[in-house]
Formats: sequence, C-alpha cells, structure tokens
Amino acid sequence: MSIKRRDFLKAAVTGSAVAALPAPAEARPNLEVPPNAIGMLYDATLCIGCKACMVGCKEANDMPVESADQSPIWDTPVDASGKTLNIIKVYRDGTAEVKDRETDGFSFVKRHCLHCVDPGCISVCPTTAMRKDPDNGIVTHHPDACIGCRYCVWACPYNVPKWDFDEAFGRINKCQFCNHRLAEGLLPACVEQCPTGASLFGTREEMLEEAHRRLAQEPGSTYAYPRNTLDDPNRHEATVPHYIDQVYGETQGGGTQVLILAGVPFGKLDLPDIPERSFASISETIQSTVYKGMIAPLALLGGLMFVSRRRLGEGGEK
Amino acid sequence: MTSDLDLHLEPATGVSRRGFLKFCTGVAVTLGLSPAAGVQIAQAVMNPKRQPVIWLSAQECTGCTESLLRAYHPTLENLILDMISLDYSETLMAGAGHQAEQARHASMEENYGGYLLVVDGSIPTKDGGIYCKVANRTMQEHLEEAAAGAAAIVAIGSCASWGGIPSSGINPTGAVGISEILPDKTIINIPGCPPNPYNFLSTVLQFVTFGTLPALDAKNRPKFAYGRLIHENCERRPHFDAGRFAMEFGDEGHRQGWCLYKLGCKGPETYANCPAILFGDVGSGSWPVGTGHPCFGCTEEGVGFTKPIHALADVESVTPPLAFASVNQPKGEGMTPGAAGVVGVAAGAAAGAAAVMMSRLGKVELIPEKKKKKKKKKDKQAAAEE
Repeated sequence: MSIKRRDFLKAAVTGSAVAALPAPAEARPNLEVPPNAIGMLYDATLCIGCKACMVGCKEANDMPVESADQSPIWDTPVDASGKTLNIIKVYRDGTAEVKDRETDGFSFVKRHCLHCVDPGCISVCPTTAMRKDPDNGIVTHHPDACIGCRYCVWACPYNVPKWDFDEAFGRINKCQFCNHRLAEGLLPACVEQCPTGASLFGTREEMLEEAHRRLAQEPGSTYAYPRNTLDDPNRHEATVPHYIDQVYGETQGGGTQVLILAGVPFGKLDLPDIPERSFASISETIQSTVYKGMIAPLALLGGLMFVSRRRLGEGGEK
Repeated sequence: MTSDLDLHLEPATGVSRRGFLKFCTGVAVTLGLSPAAGVQIAQAVMNPKRQPVIWLSAQECTGCTESLLRAYHPTLENLILDMISLDYSETLMAGAGHQAEQARHASMEENYGGYLLVVDGSIPTKDGGIYCKVANRTMQEHLEEAAAGAAAIVAIGSCASWGGIPSSGINPTGAVGISEILPDKTIINIPGCPPNPYNFLSTVLQFVTFGTLPALDAKNRPKFAYGRLIHENCERRPHFDAGRFAMEFGDEGHRQGWCLYKLGCKGPETYANCPAILFGDVGSGSWPVGTGHPCFGCTEEGVGFTKPIHALADVESVTPPLAFASVNQPKGEGMTPGAAGVVGVAAGAAAGAAAVMMSRLGKVELIPEKKKKKKKKKDKQAAAEE
C-alpha cells in the first residue's frame, strides 16, 4: 500500500492538532524559594556610605581598580561592571540635606546581584552558563559554558550581569554571593566589612523576618540593629527611621534573596517596581505554549508548505 | 612698639619679644586671620588698659582652667595675666572670701558694659539652684548679675555650653548650660571636655584686639574651631575609606592605627578641630583618636556623656560627597566622531539600497517569463480536463 506524501503530511498535521487540543499548555508558575535559601538584608537607612563593602568585594573577588576618570589612584566606578560587582550609589534631591528623605534629601543604595528566586538571566541563557544552586539559591555564572551572547545582560530587570567590554575576550561578571567564602565558613565580604549592619547575612526567611521586625518598630524609637549576622551579640543601637513600608525583594519579580529596606521610595533608588509574576515565568509560559508538542511550528511549516506548493504548483515537484 | 615690648614684656613676664610675637601670629592664624594681624594682636595685648575679665565657675571640675593653664606658646599663665585683667577667678585669684567678692563687685561696677564674662561649669536649677552656691548665693543669681554688665559672654567647656557631665543621665541637679539661664544674650560656646585652650584664647584675643566676635554656627560655637567634623580632618580617615577597622582594643588593626569607628568613635558626628590643632603642643598624634582611643564626642550635645562609648556614631554628612556614583549615573563617553561616521555611512548605504530596491519593485519579474507561460498552459489543461 502506498500513501501519497501529501496525504501523509495532512494526516500528521491534523492528528497532532487534535492531540494538542484537549491539553492546552499550562502556565508555568514562579519558581519556589529554594529549601535552604540564604539571604542578605540591605538597610539603606543604616548605610553610611563608607564604601567599605566595595573595598571588601574587590579584595575578596580579586577585582581590579576601576576609575571613572582613567586615573587608577582611587577606585571610583560609576556603575556595576565587569570589574565592579558591588557598588554604593547615591540618590540625591535638591539640597540633599537630610539622609533618607525623598525631597531635599539623599539616600545610599547598594547595588549588586539580588539573587532572584526565579532569575531571568537563567531563563534566557541558551547554555547552562547561568545556574541557580538548588539548595541555597545562589545564582552563579560559569564562563566555561558561556557563549558570550549577553542575553543575561538584557534579561536582568536589575541591570546586574555585566560584560567586561574592556577585554578582547571579555566575560560576564556578577556577584556570586561570595560562594567561595561561604564554602570556607566565612561571611560574604560586603557583610563582613559593613560597620553598621547595613548589610546583614542569614537565611532568606530570617532576613525577611528581621525586615518586617524593623518595619514594625515605631519611628524614633531605639532598636538594637544586629551586625553581620542575627546572632552576633555586637549590636548597633540606633534610632528607627521612617521606612518605606515595604521589603523590596519580598515579592518583586517572584522575590529575591537579597532584600532591601529604605527611607526613600525604591523607584528613586533605581529599583524598579516590577510585578510579582516573574518575567522568566511569563516568557517561559509563552514559549512552552508556542512549542508545546512542536504543534505550532509544525502547523506553521505545514501552512508554509501548503501555500508554497499552491503557488508553485505540482510542476515544482520532481 | 618695639620699645614698648622690650621695656615691659620681658621683665614683666619672662617672655622674649620673638616668642611673644610668634604666639600672637599663631593666634591670628588659628583664627583664620592673616599673619599680619599678629602685630595688631600684639599691640592690643600690650595696651596699658587691659581687658577686664570676670571668670565664674559653677558645677565644674576645673578641667577647663587646667587645660588653659597648659597652653604653652609661650607660658600662658603669664600672658593671660598680662593681656587681660583677670579680676575674678575662683581658681587663679590670690584673694579669698569677702575680699575676693568685693574685688569682683568693684570691677563689675567700674567696667559695667565693658568686661568679658567667662563661665565654666553648668548651672543647677533644681530646688532653687542650691546645689552650687558661692558667697551664699546660687550660681544662677551670680550669673544673672554678672551677665547684666558684660560686653560679651563666653561659655567655656561642655558644662557651660550645654550642661555637660552634670546634665547627663538623670541630671540630679537640673543642670543646664548658661544659654538656658540667659536666653536673651548672645553667648559664645566653646564646648569640649576640656576644650582646646587655643580655641578659647583665639576667641578672647579676637575680642580684645578687634572688639568683634568670631562667626558662630547654629549652636553659637566659633566656626573657625567647630566648623568641621572630626571625621573630616582625622588622620585615620583613609582607613575608614578603605574599610580597615580596628575591631577591638589591642588587635592587629588597632596596633596598625586603623579606623576606630567600629569601636565607637564619635568623630563622624562631632564638630571640633582636635585633629587639626591637637593638644598640648607635643606634636602629631596628641589627641584622643591619635592615641588610639575613639573620640567620645565631648563637644557635642547628645553625644558626649550621653551615648555609650562603644555605640556607633551616626555619620553626619551635610550633603553626600560627590565621589558617589549617582543612582542614574550616565556611563561612557558617548559616540566618537569616527564611530559616528562609520555608522552614518553604513546607514546611508542601507537607506540608498532600500530606496533603489523600492523603485525597482514591480519592474523586475520575480518568476521568469518561460515558467509563467508553462504554468498558464497547465492551468488551461486542467480546466479542459474538468
């Protein structure tokens, strides 16, 4: 028995279309917080802008000095880059007189990888160069698998992974939560250096609890802020400021493992107000819907073939 | 003038002319005046009619006077007795009892509206101010009486400036600074525990010389001395900027002279010129932070004697330094002319090619003529078959 090629294709397309109908692609939900997710709480109101964390980061990660004016005397980066994984930036408005005030005030902000619960950089990576530790949730970059496409640079809503453009054979660099130090039982360098406890290390759950504890304090009252870790007895007693009543990173983009508290709106600190549903889950849902069972591509191919055969006619075939 | 100095100065004080002029120039420079003003100061100091000074001591420890006595260029006790007429000072006067009180009253009457009133120590206000009495009168009464005829009032030390130690904690005597007793008067505060004697001397000598008072900040402190944070002039500041902190007394960082911020240094919230002019004229490092102890903020109300020594300071910055990258810092230098040229040429070529292609659309046959004919033929055949 011989089946005509055309009939075979027709049957195949129809059959797979029918098979696809009763099971529409399910939306991929946000990824869950890993079981032993580590976390960091950065409290901008405690930050004094000493940049000790930047110095510690450079030393711990063996990063070179980066100067805005090409004079390699001081390390004065203007943004996170291939050579700067952590940077203290400043928001200032008007006369910039009072700290943590939106108008005529200023605020520091520490920018580095927030270690998303559901990272966009991993979703877009065509290889496995970007990975998230299934246990502690650290998002790492593996240059041996990287093809240099820089999709991760574009995909990150926080503008974190950076390509080192100054090198002929550049690479992606980003904060890896000092995983080499954590493996030795040390704290992340920025946390260890922080004199005020503005950067605090612990589990994500603990950090979230601590953040909400701070938000619950009466502004103007005294609070013993922990330094380095929650169980460090060496606390820093300070006056509770007027916090923005939100923990940045609790829900944003599906949540991050680095959480931020501040006295000025997060948007002013270049921390975008992004929806709870992660971009990765949206794009992956669309993709998996489109490619589910390869139906849509096959349908498209079949359609194209049908049209072109009509146009070219039977004579086009030999 | 030269002859005046030679005639009177050395025999009277044991100070050489050269040493004296050096001192006056030093004072002028501390005040931020030109060294030439030193000559004016010298003339003022040599004026036969010396500036009368009444010095009242309330709840104090005499540390301020002791500090003043240890100003060494040149031996100050001689100079202060010669350039001003110290008509009353409980610590320094030779007289005592009714005689001393009489001398004070005589001076105050004679120089009404012209004398300089200096106060050290805080004023007790609780229980009618009975906790500090001299000559059977409370300090508040003495102060109000003396302030009435004073040309200028200087509060020396933190106690007189804002209450100091006696006002800390539960404040058992209800101690206050003198500006609270005399709210209508302009009082020059020279806080410190003790204050640097040269800050006091410079203020007094400016008054004696020019009859003016130095520019004051919002807390009535001379700006030349209290205009900047200790943190701004601290020799350990580079360690702060580099994140090198002593973690405990005697550790490696402490021995290396690293920043004492984590040990509770209040330099970042305390205004004083200690790191710039030092203490005791014995050279570099002769101030608390220089010796390895964190600043405890003695000049600053709400810091010294209030915050625990180990507590972290709030880092005051009037405005954030320019060295910080802005949240929305633009990066890079923009396009160079060469790159702009290359991109322009490429864009132009692409636009031109597109334009040419557009103009040719419809003129060029996409399917060759022969094939078209064949296809028509076939279609006809098919129609015939049907």
